[in-house]
Amino acid sequence: MTLAGTGMTLGGHFTYFITLFLMIAGLFIVIARGNLIKKLVGLSIFQTSVYLLYIAPGKLVGGTAPILSDAFTVYSNPLPHVLILTAIVVGVATLALGLALVVRIREAYGSIEEDEILSLDAAPSRAEQQE
Amino acid sequence: MNLAPHLPALQVVVPLLAAPLTVLLRRRSVAFAVALAASWVALAIAVALWLRVAEGGTISYAIGNWPAPWGIEYRVDALSAFVLVLVTGIAALVLPYSRASIEAEVPPQKHYLFYTMFALCLAGLLGITITGDAFNTFVFLEISSLSIYVLIALGRDRRALLAAYQYLIMGTIGATFIVIGIGLLYLMTGTLNLADMGRRLAAVQGTRPVLAALAFLTVGLSLKLALFPLHQWLPNAYAFAPSAVSAFIAATATKVAVYVLLRFYYSVFGESAVFARLPMQEAMLLLALAGIFVASTVAIFQTDLKRLFAYSSVGQIGYIILGLSFDSTSGLTATIVHLFNHGVTKGAIFLLLGGVALVTGGTSLARIQGLGKRMPLTSFGIVLCGLSLIGIPGTAGFVSKWYLIRAAFEKGQWWLAFLIVASSLLAAAYVWRFVEAAYFREPRKDLTEGAKVPRSMAIPSGLLVATVVYFGLDTSFTVGSAAQAAALLLGGLR
Repeated sequence: MTLAGTGMTLGGHFTYFITLFLMIAGLFIVIARGNLIKKLVGLSIFQTSVYLLYIAPGKLVGGTAPILSDAFTVYSNPLPHVLILTAIVVGVATLALGLALVVRIREAYGSIEEDEILSLDAAPSRAEQQE
Repeated sequence: MNLAPHLPALQVVVPLLAAPLTVLLRRRSVAFAVALAASWVALAIAVALWLRVAEGGTISYAIGNWPAPWGIEYRVDALSAFVLVLVTGIAALVLPYSRASIEAEVPPQKHYLFYTMFALCLAGLLGITITGDAFNTFVFLEISSLSIYVLIALGRDRRALLAAYQYLIMGTIGATFIVIGIGLLYLMTGTLNLADMGRRLAAVQGTRPVLAALAFLTVGLSLKLALFPLHQWLPNAYAFAPSAVSAFIAATATKVAVYVLLRFYYSVFGESAVFARLPMQEAMLLLALAGIFVASTVAIFQTDLKRLFAYSSVGQIGYIILGLSFDSTSGLTATIVHLFNHGVTKGAIFLLLGGVALVTGGTSLARIQGLGKRMPLTSFGIVLCGLSLIGIPGTAGFVSKWYLIRAAFEKGQWWLAFLIVASSLLAAAYVWRFVEAAYFREPRKDLTEGAKVPRSMAIPSGLLVATVVYFGLDTSFTVGSAAQAAALLLGGLR
């Protein structure tokens, strides 16, 4: 199957479609959900899509790790993997910090729903203004 | 052993090593001493690097002796040396201040962790500035961002937690956009070295992935630098963070993001690709003006001083981007000068507000009534910095506005010069809110008599206010460095 006018085959580019789907789904969850944990889940999906964006083009079908030997002629690019290893660490750290903040928010507010928390805060700030 | 050739690496390594050291030592006075030593050493290194760049031009340092396009390159040129001096200078002043300041705002058992996060944040910001590698930029960006989220969450108010969470969400979206942009550029050029990328992009300029990369990087960095309308995270983050943190991030974090934007626009994509082929100039101009007018107007109606000056920051970032939108040497000079001048001014204001919060117990306008009688020096300092935000001659803010208006006249856009002056009136209006409350109202009776700002807080604040005035009178360092950096950015491509 070929996309009209672009010369792209759907099969050859399916990783891009998956990447884009994950990217948009993740971002949508972050924006649309009011639950602080669900927002973080969305954020993680969004970040994961980037891992795919980097890694998929680095892989060649039949390619191996770059080993200098006559037996291998087709190599996959190892650099994206290394980069994404770093990005995964960053993503884990972000998620851990986000979850830790949610725990503290729940201790302070007794809720992890964004609208409830905002309405809890609206009251004291009004009192402050009248002070 | 001769350390001089390794200064670029040490610039980042010293604060980066100080961070785990403070965790291991735990005692808060020792942790404080380590962090303080690291920040002062960092300042000394930054000044040494600036001097060397001024003399001998760009320094390139190969990490681990791997030559540039393959290994990670640290690159110090006129622009990065200038930003390094700003970041380390602010850190060297905020750290001695933070000791007494966090005493009142952060539980004692967390103090050593405060210094850890501060050192990490400093290392991250310096790393972003000094590195010549695209992916390294992203990693350092996340190091600094993650530590800033933690620092904000240390605030006394429970709303600090929510502010940190919101900043985490927005900041991570921004960082992910940046990494998508870098990924697309890597796919098109096969290199991560910024200078190399700039050279190789010429062959694929204008293709769709490169345009997409430009879009992703612009949006991601605009989130990080709080360009209107992507500034939603900023007011709460500045308002609820501990005073020392507000001062540090207001002066440095958004400025470093502007630096990255300049780096990508001018050193990687090239000025002609960004401004000549795309309507970026108009888009930037519009967003900058909207930011200046909307945020300054919102600032007038704030009831809390920290929030008021946070919104003013969004407006001032508008001026920085406005200079960029001229796409001329004097416009770019104005951008870089204002990046420095605004950093110093906002840093000074938030340091002074920390003292106010300590004495009066808050920074709401109702609470600081009659502050002019109670804390005459502090109030005078805030007014001086306020004048700098307005752009009165004799303060640093005037210098930036002068170059902005000059750039507008060079382009023949006299109406823009008129708008810049008109927007200063809005700044005058929000600064007047402070003046009115502080000088024309009777002091509240419950203002704790006798409580004083400790000397360790007063001296750094005073020094920073003095620099605001100094750079308003002697512009050889700021304008000189900025003009050199602008010439470098614009000249590097042709």
